[in-house]
Amino acid sequence: MSKATTNVDFRKVDVDQYEEEKYEDDAVVDDGVTGPNDAEVQALIAKGRLADALQTVLSTPPIASKNPAVKDKAAQVVMKVLTAFKAADIDGAIKNLDQNKLDVLMKYIYRGFEMSSEGNGAQLLVWHDKVFAVTGLGSIVRVLTDRRRV
Amino acid sequence: MSLYSFGLDPVSCHAWNKDRTQIAISPNNTEVHIYQKSGKEWTKIHELTQHSGRITGIDWAPISNRIVTCASDRNAYVWTLKDRVWKPTLVLLRINRAATCVKWSPLENKFALGSGARIISVCYFEKENDWWLSKHIKKPIRSTVLSLDWHPNNILLAAGSSDFQCRVFSGYIKDIEEKPGPTAWGSKMPFGEMLLEQGDDGGWVHSVCFSPSGNSLAWVSHSSTILVTDAANKKTVTQLKTEYLPLLAVLYLNETEIVAAGHDCCPYQFSYTGPGSLKYIGKIDLPKQNSKVNMSAMQHFRNLDKRATTENENTDLETLHQNSISQLCIVEGDRSKVTKFSSVGLDGDMVVWDFKH
Repeated sequence: MSKATTNVDFRKVDVDQYEEEKYEDDAVVDDGVTGPNDAEVQALIAKGRLADALQTVLSTPPIASKNPAVKDKAAQVVMKVLTAFKAADIDGAIKNLDQNKLDVLMKYIYRGFEMSSEGNGAQLLVWHDKVFAVTGLGSIVRVLTDRRRV
Repeated sequence: MSLYSFGLDPVSCHAWNKDRTQIAISPNNTEVHIYQKSGKEWTKIHELTQHSGRITGIDWAPISNRIVTCASDRNAYVWTLKDRVWKPTLVLLRINRAATCVKWSPLENKFALGSGARIISVCYFEKENDWWLSKHIKKPIRSTVLSLDWHPNNILLAAGSSDFQCRVFSGYIKDIEEKPGPTAWGSKMPFGEMLLEQGDDGGWVHSVCFSPSGNSLAWVSHSSTILVTDAANKKTVTQLKTEYLPLLAVLYLNETEIVAAGHDCCPYQFSYTGPGSLKYIGKIDLPKQNSKVNMSAMQHFRNLDKRATTENENTDLETLHQNSISQLCIVEGDRSKVTKFSSVGLDGDMVVWDFKH
């Protein structure tokens, strides 16, 4: 009798799976966008056309993808572009971005904070400051609420 | 513009009587307090204490003078005034989760109630048995219903939900009303028929409002966006991503002007003139008087003593409300031309705003 009572496996059962009306979060449909072309972006950075590199990476974010590796790779590429910028050029680059691209950029900035490799921090904070000055609190709220994660 | 403070507790919801001499509010607890206006002050005249859960919605029907209240105790009561005392009648809702919002229909023969049970209850009075019955709208709502609004034709009902969707349903009850004619939203309208389902990127839909003609529907989402669907133009959706904190309440002031307020503690005005043109107009707020008065030496020393600083740091917000606004309500004017509207907030204040068209 004492042996049977020590079995606590029942505590590991996920009871939520048995609920009939469980909410399935299926709104995000994978549309096949797999992120920016790494080689193309590298070439743009090497040529010094950083503003164009920024436009490219922000127009094809793999936000609908269900594959975390695709998202990680895209995030790495974006980080390369963001760190390649000089502080003085950031303002000019931001001016040419529309509302949607600014929201995506803010998502990547927070993704960068998450990935936190040494050395990136200061540059990312400068980016955050400049984007916030243009878009305000709304874009930060959208980073938190938007279910299409970067 | 006038401000009145109902105390320190947040005001979760409020409703006005027909001639705006009385207001029913709930100070974030299980009671509803009714105040009577006397000059510039408000005096409490009634306390409605039937609920055992926090009050989440109050609506006062102007013509029939009935109040409906709903609370997190899964109940709703319809109150009628008899011999100067409000008497409650229980409504049979048949829900197993908290009620979140309630609204009388324009003709006041029924009301709609949203709940955490993912159900909208449309309730009407059945004369034979002398009770309030409810009919449920379940499909395809997948999460808590956060807000409701009736279309001026007394049939269509808009619902905002925390499954990120805004929907329009038909709330036609054949026992109590005539079959409705076709509208811009659709022509077949059996009870529970869904005529619109529109989603946003991922914000809860906090508040919905039909325009005075009923041809467009505005809603605000937690992703700091305001959206308008235009039935007259093939139900196209126009979205405006704002740069402010999320809005919690939205109200149409006339056919094109919209006011919305929320966590930024002040009302914002937007204008919708057609598909693709939803613009932010400005803040509706009293500019704070500049309080940079020369400080006396006594003030300096007092500040140094209390706060270890000589600066006169005012910690109040610059807006009239000092905390988020939870609800907006029409005070003067009918739906097509609102000249005054009220806002209540988590700071316990009620402000009546003027609006010039």
